Amino acid sequence: MDELVIQKLGTVTDEEMVLNMGPQHPSTHGVIRFVVKADGEIMKVAVPVVGYLHRAIEKIGEIVTYPQFMPYTDRADYLAAMFANEGYALAVEKLMGLEVPVRGQYCRAISCELNRIASHLISVGTMGQDIGALTPFVHALREREKINDLIEELCGARLTYNYHRVGGVAFDIPDGWIDETRRFLDHFEKILDEYDRLLTWNEIYVKRLAGLGVIPAELAIDYGLVGPNLRASGVDWDLRRDAPYGCYRDFQFQVPVGKGWVGKIGDCFDRYYVRILEMRQSVAILRQAFDKLPPGEVLHPKVPKKIKPAAGEAWARVESARGEMGYYVVADGASEKAWRVRIRTGSFTAMGIIEPLSRGMMIADLVAFIASLDVVAPEIDR
Amino acid sequence: MALTAEQIHAAVSAKFGEAVGALAPPAKDPFFTVKADALLDVCRFLKTEPALAFDFLEDVTAVDHPKENLIRVVYHLWSYRLRHGIVVKVECDRASPKAPSVEPVWKTADWMEREVYDLFGVNFEGHPDLRRIMMPDDWVGHPLRKDYQEAGGYENISNVRDSSLVEYRRMDDAVREAAEKKAAEAAPPAPAAAPLAPTGTVH
Repeated sequence: MDELVIQKLGTVTDEEMVLNMGPQHPSTHGVIRFVVKADGEIMKVAVPVVGYLHRAIEKIGEIVTYPQFMPYTDRADYLAAMFANEGYALAVEKLMGLEVPVRGQYCRAISCELNRIASHLISVGTMGQDIGALTPFVHALREREKINDLIEELCGARLTYNYHRVGGVAFDIPDGWIDETRRFLDHFEKILDEYDRLLTWNEIYVKRLAGLGVIPAELAIDYGLVGPNLRASGVDWDLRRDAPYGCYRDFQFQVPVGKGWVGKIGDCFDRYYVRILEMRQSVAILRQAFDKLPPGEVLHPKVPKKIKPAAGEAWARVESARGEMGYYVVADGASEKAWRVRIRTGSFTAMGIIEPLSRGMMIADLVAFIASLDVVAPEIDR
Repeated sequence: MALTAEQIHAAVSAKFGEAVGALAPPAKDPFFTVKADALLDVCRFLKTEPALAFDFLEDVTAVDHPKENLIRVVYHLWSYRLRHGIVVKVECDRASPKAPSVEPVWKTADWMEREVYDLFGVNFEGHPDLRRIMMPDDWVGHPLRKDYQEAGGYENISNVRDSSLVEYRRMDDAVREAAEKKAAEAAPPAPAAAPLAPTGTVH
């Protein structure tokens, strides 16, 4: 069954070798496989082979009713499940013409920004680990654990949240939770400084990543990169600011853009450092959200038990931790089940750029490159 | 300057006339349908025309409509520069769906069209590397079609079974029987039993 992949490698000369990397490999962030043709340490090409985690989530979306699909969206990206929840909820709300109560919108933003920090922590930690720095991973996971605790208190789950609902969120913020989260944010900002000392400006780390895997802005757009990967290439675009959804209009925040801090704009280091800066912005957004949090309902009181939108189709997108996540939901108007649910994810398009950029790269750098793109296997394969 | 869907549609139909269908009633997201032959030219125009400048192909997907005997391929476009979006659709015959590949216009279409090919069976003509992406290369059928029937198994592993334990036992038995059969065939005829060496009686 590998013939087509091997054909893609072309002729293999005596000096070249074909290496198989994955699907089980500690540094490929899940079950992803690469077939690498290399001459010594230099790759001629790395062909990604995906699909090992394909669970037919889009097909499931046609089989279950609208509210029943919400827990499945968690599994589309289990490191940033809040965004997957929100994107789907937004698409169905758009179909129904439903407005979410303002407090519900704030709960969504708060849960999403916490989730963004948690997801970026994994990205930053594993990036260090992938290129040989084991300690920062433990430091990153320690903070993520605290966020998991907070989110657990908020919605009862630590990974697959199923927190957002069509029309709002499932639960209001519990008593004392905001104070606890504020304390965590105060502590976390100091920890971010610590990451900078421990990892970011570490000379070995900087030299390892500077100028590696450079993606110019035009190429990034052409290959459909989104989110931090796109911004690291110098494209100043963030859905939260430029096409705001929910309550993001209410917040003031910066959008970090790659500047070529140590090498070129759009190299692996830029993609790493943009995430560190984004965590600081998420902290700022969270503080503003706590200050402005209005009273009221968190779930629209008139969401019907049986959701049956009129025939039509809706496209909704959110700025996930891995960039734009789009939901395309088609309703046939006669059924409680969607006719089609499509999930557009950032990891899928990010995988598409690996093959063209792998030519001439060192094998060891492939691992750093994949880590910098922050691809997550379930989001690629769905 | 960001254009409305009506303005975008007017610009495209002024250029391509008959090949561009009417703008759908402004339900949720406005879209228009393009004839398959003209798709590549329309897409090039959408990307290169300075007033449109659709530099970002957000998504390519398809929707199956067995009643109309159609598969509609759906393109979501966005312009970073001008901050407007539009949805373009192409209708394909279900029996042999095909559409021109837009990979020459936007590179990201490479993987997205592979996914549509894999899950819907739409042949994208001119695609440089059209092969399955989610399913294995030797998979039969296109799972996101509405009339898709599971083949009942893959690589001799059935997916219809009483319980997984029963199935594992059956697989174990099959492996053991095959091994025994092979051993029986390969083993040389048993040598005549050698007389036992005398052993001392131990009490």
